[in-house]
Order: sequence, then C-alpha cells, then structure tokens
Amino acid sequence: MAAVAALYKDFQALDVEVLSISTDSRFVHKIWQEEELSKMLKGGVPFPMLSDGGGKIGTVYGVYDEAAGVDIRGRFIIDPNFVIRGMEVLTPEVGRNPNELLRQIKAFQHVVETGEVTPSGWQPGDPTLVPGPDLVGKVWEVWKP
Amino acid sequence: MSDLKDGCVKPAGGPLLPAAESDKMDVLTSLTQEVKKVLARVGKEAIDFEASAFISGEGFKPVKLSDYRGKWIVICFYPGDFTFV
Repeated sequence: MAAVAALYKDFQALDVEVLSISTDSRFVHKIWQEEELSKMLKGGVPFPMLSDGGGKIGTVYGVYDEAAGVDIRGRFIIDPNFVIRGMEVLTPEVGRNPNELLRQIKAFQHVVETGEVTPSGWQPGDPTLVPGPDLVGKVWEVWKP
Repeated sequence: MSDLKDGCVKPAGGPLLPAAESDKMDVLTSLTQEVKKVLARVGKEAIDFEASAFISGEGFKPVKLSDYRGKWIVICFYPGDFTFV
C-alpha cells in the first residue's frame, strides 16, 4: 500500500482516484496511518482507506478468502464509464508492482482516446497498432517482441 | 478532522446491487454460505459499494465507489493493516 502511496503523484497526474480496502476497521486504518505509514512515507497514505468488515465487497470482487477472513491482494482498474478494465489478484505473500499498474492505466487511457491498440509491454511513445483488415498477417512488419 | 465522533458500530452499505442481484446476495449471506457469486468481470460494469473509510486529514466518512464515476479509479484490496508486504 505504501508503494502505491509513494507513486501517488503519478496517479494524480493521470487523474486516477486510488482507493485501498481491507477488512480492517476505519479505526485501525487511522492508527496504521498515524503509527506506521506516516513514518514510512511523508504524509502517509493520501487516498481513502476503506473498510470491508465481513468481506462482502471482497466477495463480489472475488478476492475474499473465507478461511482467513481477509481480502487477498486484488487490484482493479475502472474506467470513467464505470467499466472494469483490468484486474490482478495475488496471494498475500507477493506485493504488487505499482509501475506496471501505471503502465496499464496509461495504455488504457491511450486506447480509449485513440481507438488504437497497444502491443505487449507498450509504453507511452512506443508504436501502437491500428486494427483492421490491412493489419491481418502484417503485425510482424510493425511490431516484434 | 470532520467526523471523528461517530459510534463504534456504524455499518456501511457494502455492495450496492440492483434488486435482482441483491436477492442473490441475501442467499450468499444466509447461513448456508454455499452460493458464491463473484460479480466483477473485466469488460463489465463495476459493482458499486459503500464502505466506511478513513481519509487522512478528513477523518471518517462513508465512501461510495460511484462517487468517483467519471474518473479512472484503482481499487486495491489487501490482506490487512500492519502486515509485511
């Protein structure tokens, strides 16, 4: 969570709202922020920290672990039309890569704006593909892994 | 800090589902717990929900996902505060 918070300016630059959510109460979030996060990172976590006590929200998002009683690591990208564009779910032991999250958001924003599609590993400035009959069988001419 | 004086138990709305889906959630939350209904899918509309939240510098307040409709949103679920990753 702190890793996402550390890149919060990058998320703001893309006009992205970040929400974190766990089964902890809002009271625990407050103390975590004050006692630990704010010492890890100047200002701590700047985005809303939501509480999913009972895991009902995690259940409909497919990330609630009933045996452990917690939401596992899952992150969802939602576009301005309220459509889920991407999801990544990890078991708790491995943390996320917020840079890959930023890359995916940039790619989704680009395709929404342009109607182009982005090949594997695309970064802003890289060539994109324009789907259509002329591209069939010709992707090799414009893109290689 | 606007709203720090709330009660200990103040349930938020949780998943906010259309009536038909809400009936299924009643089944979900009933004693059986056998029917699991994951509703989130890529390419489909996000499931709205309301959760109580802590916001640094603002305090406690309920947050609805749909409050942010019209913007790009990232939701990060994680196992717990004070864990190690």
